[in-house]
Amino acid sequence: MDLAAELLAGKVAAGARAIRWLEDGDRRGQELLRQIFAASGRAHIVGVTGPPGAGKSTLVDMLITELRARERRVGVLAIDPSSPFTGGAILGDRVRMSRHALDAGVFIRSMGTRGAAGGLARATYDAATVLDAMGYQVVIVETVGVGQDEIDVVALAHTTIIVAVPGLGDEVQAVKAGLMEAGELFVINKADRDGFEQTRRHLELLLHLRAHRQDAASWQPPLLTAVASRGEGAAAIADAVDAHRAYLEASGGFADQSGRRCEQQFLMLAREAVLGRVLEQAPPQLLAAVRERRIDPYSAAQHLLQGLAGAPAA
Amino acid sequence: MAPPAARPLRVLLAKLGMDTHTVGITVVAHALREAGMEVIFTGLKQSAEAVASAAIQEDVDVVGISSLSAGHTRSLPRLARLLREQGGGDKLLVAGGVIPQEDLPLLEQAGFARVFTMGTDTRDIVAYLQQWWRERLAAEAPPS
Repeated sequence: MDLAAELLAGKVAAGARAIRWLEDGDRRGQELLRQIFAASGRAHIVGVTGPPGAGKSTLVDMLITELRARERRVGVLAIDPSSPFTGGAILGDRVRMSRHALDAGVFIRSMGTRGAAGGLARATYDAATVLDAMGYQVVIVETVGVGQDEIDVVALAHTTIIVAVPGLGDEVQAVKAGLMEAGELFVINKADRDGFEQTRRHLELLLHLRAHRQDAASWQPPLLTAVASRGEGAAAIADAVDAHRAYLEASGGFADQSGRRCEQQFLMLAREAVLGRVLEQAPPQLLAAVRERRIDPYSAAQHLLQGLAGAPAA
Repeated sequence: MAPPAARPLRVLLAKLGMDTHTVGITVVAHALREAGMEVIFTGLKQSAEAVASAAIQEDVDVVGISSLSAGHTRSLPRLARLLREQGGGDKLLVAGGVIPQEDLPLLEQAGFARVFTMGTDTRDIVAYLQQWWRERLAAEAPPS
């Protein structure tokens, strides 16, 4: 049996190798992706994001248990930062999920960001496609601990869970801006901690204001609480995840989201490919002039475009 | 601008059974990270089955077991066998920690390529893995 067939039959080693090829940029990965693509598009992709130390991994662990009790097969992509200096990484998210190690219905993969900036790894989209095609019904994507605008997961996931914690000092500093506007589900983890009431009131206010600019028919993000280290709050979170999927399916948003994700990845790949071509044709003197600050970057880009427009078609 | 596709070495570091001495494995993990490798931790008190399963899911190149409380003559060969059975026979197996000289032949026979005994310099571990990876990549070089 070839690797694509093994992967589609759900064979773990085949899926694991496919993800490796895709994250390494190995050409065999692209070929494999082409063969399995039609089998993807079924999984519910659930993002889990929030600031460092919010307990994302522990919450994912708890959610896996709950989803397994509901007889869902679960894939997990757990992302940790790669060193921008050495490229190395310590990937420790699966430590908190180790009780699922022998469950054949759970596939956990750790990924380093490898230079990507938005809270995901470069190959996260592709890895999600692989797990989807292998038949995992829910694919959980746990981002790195994020700041205020690393919200690429929102474009990837059908449903994004924002995890907040009490006591981060300056009033939910870490869940402002992009994060608050983006999530479909808010969870205050470590709800037994000091400062819980204050955090809850603040998030309620922000969600209330957010509801003002939406029409009544659109999804209203619930605010839930959890103490993930004790397994508290799992059922309500899983219920809300399911409710959001039902909402997306009823509104046509499920297919829309999957389609937008493909479009976005296509545009990203196109950008890289076109940029590569353009830079191949850029005269070295122009790049040197930019580096030596003899020309400003805007004018240099203009020069480059004029050069391309005037060049004979290849 | 996309950087050229890199292939960092992926290494799973684990401890088997009730061994909870984590100083050595942590030092090694940081040394490997500094050398540009991706290091995956599985957590403590793992069975050989759980470590084998994680190694397959993570598709690592190297599995490194730290052992400081005996039991290695049973658990390490068991892990090696499980990995072979699950299609992970191509992974490099190494071990380190408190392992007596007289146990080395047994571990070697079980499939462990190298055992780093107490007092090993982390630079030697890094150099050994990098050398192995260079040879593996050269052997695997696609025909294109």
